[in-house]
Amino acid sequence: MNFDVSNLYAATAEIFVAIMILMVMLVTAFARDIARGLAYSLAQLTLIIAAFITFFTLDAEAKSEFAFNNMFVHDLAGSILKLMVYLSMMVALIYGRGYLADRKIERPEYYLLALLTTLGMMVMITANHLLVLYVGLEMMSLSLYALVAFDRDAVRSTEAGMKYFVLGALASGLLLYGMSMIYGATGSLELSVVKQAVPGADSAVLLFGLVFLVAGVSFKLGVAPFHMWVPDVYQGSPTAVTLILSSAPKLAAFAMAMRLLGGALPDLAEHWQTMLMLVVVASIVLGNFAALAQRNIKRMLAYSGISHMGFMLMGLLSGDGMGYSSAMFYAIAYALMTLAAFGMVVLLSREGFEAENIEDFKGLNRRNSWFALLMLFVMFSMAGIPFFVGFFAKFSVLQAVIQAGHLWIAVLAVLMSLIGAFYYLRVVKFMYFDEPADSAPLNASGELLVMLSINGVAIALLGLMPGTLMQWCEGAMKVTFAAAVGG
Amino acid sequence: MLSLTHYLILGAILFAISVAGIFLNRKNLIVLLMSVELMLLAVNTNFIAFSRYLGNIDGQIFVFFILTVAAAESAIGLAILVALFRNRRTIHVDDLDSLKG
Repeated sequence: MNFDVSNLYAATAEIFVAIMILMVMLVTAFARDIARGLAYSLAQLTLIIAAFITFFTLDAEAKSEFAFNNMFVHDLAGSILKLMVYLSMMVALIYGRGYLADRKIERPEYYLLALLTTLGMMVMITANHLLVLYVGLEMMSLSLYALVAFDRDAVRSTEAGMKYFVLGALASGLLLYGMSMIYGATGSLELSVVKQAVPGADSAVLLFGLVFLVAGVSFKLGVAPFHMWVPDVYQGSPTAVTLILSSAPKLAAFAMAMRLLGGALPDLAEHWQTMLMLVVVASIVLGNFAALAQRNIKRMLAYSGISHMGFMLMGLLSGDGMGYSSAMFYAIAYALMTLAAFGMVVLLSREGFEAENIEDFKGLNRRNSWFALLMLFVMFSMAGIPFFVGFFAKFSVLQAVIQAGHLWIAVLAVLMSLIGAFYYLRVVKFMYFDEPADSAPLNASGELLVMLSINGVAIALLGLMPGTLMQWCEGAMKVTFAAAVGG
Repeated sequence: MLSLTHYLILGAILFAISVAGIFLNRKNLIVLLMSVELMLLAVNTNFIAFSRYLGNIDGQIFVFFILTVAAAESAIGLAILVALFRNRRTIHVDDLDSLKG
């Protein structure tokens, strides 16, 4: 066990973010009067510089590099996911800033916690060891619990925080129990060693552990039947936090599923795919039907998120590189769409008013036709109408699942997304064909307006040219799984 | 002589008690936090037993990390609990009902 400085190279971005977190912490503690603006600028700066570091250390041709005695993996998939995490966090912070300021809860700790959760996600994405994965996961989750309860004088926020905390801790417990069983059966915590040890290990212990692992991962992704927390937490937390909660952690949870199930336990694919199949069917059916009944848009988007995560997991059912890349594409597309959707909720809200009901979108076209059009893009994309990015995401996972030979799941998924189209299109109908219930002008910061426009247009443009992103995902999965095969 | 199986059964019983504690308890949030702690300790028992059995130290190192994280976790849990109590003046699980739909 000797230490090599080149180890640090693979972890440059993580180390940089960790140092910046300490900086923000100092600012928060010692420069209270200017901390708010400074913490925000520092957080954005950190994300931008981290993005540069990740981008310049990214090597599309190279194989996966391992560092810190194989605890850490530096590969293309990880780099792309990390870039998307930075992007989601940047967008979420831009959207959320005005919202928090209006409610007098823009404290610098918000940015500190946002950076901490980002670091947790980065560690999760690059983990090649159960311990590292667990520490990253907890770093992400603990910061998120605190963020959900951020509006500490509001009943709903603290209650949502408590619910999220208890169920999140339960999920970590399940995951850990599964990890302990995998460790017991294979004798190692390192994912690549686990993979090699699986064929010779005691299959009863392995399967017992696998059930807990899948349950833990499903909890973190928020898919049925482990979805109970999702609607309450999305609704209860301040929208600025819902923005964070619904986007970047899904990318990290996808990375966790990919590294754990695909990377370490491909030999048990037959078993975990059967479990995931149940999860997929349950989430798609429940998510879409429950979303139909919602009047609160945050709850509706939460249930739609459950069904979207179900769709994403469909990509894992085929268990080949194409399946993983389609799931990755789905996760990225979903992050973009959910950011824009909750961004719209933030845009319509103002001091003393939460645009929480679907009715609040009535007549948006009269009030501001540009943002009504962007919301239409988002809703069409979520419904999977061509040619928006959501359509290609759905198309590629359906392709993967059909190739895996589960035609019935594909048929069910298409039927359910038809049902899903109803509640997305209802929002569009409210915006274009109903009288405005609320005629107050939209007053939001310029930053929010510009970013939301870019986000909405990106959804439309990525739908017209999904090729590049798709190729990235495919290339990334080729590298990751080729390395996994070679050990 | 105690074998690996005994320790695993102990871990499983502790784990089952804690899961039951989370789902059956309708009264007190503090009991929920205790159940969460117990769950992590059940996992620790497992890790130590396996580590001893396999003659591999990694499992015991994992336990140190779990203990540390558990401490951070209960700090955050209690902090949220205090914030919740200030707003609601109750820590009954059944009273957490303002979010419905």
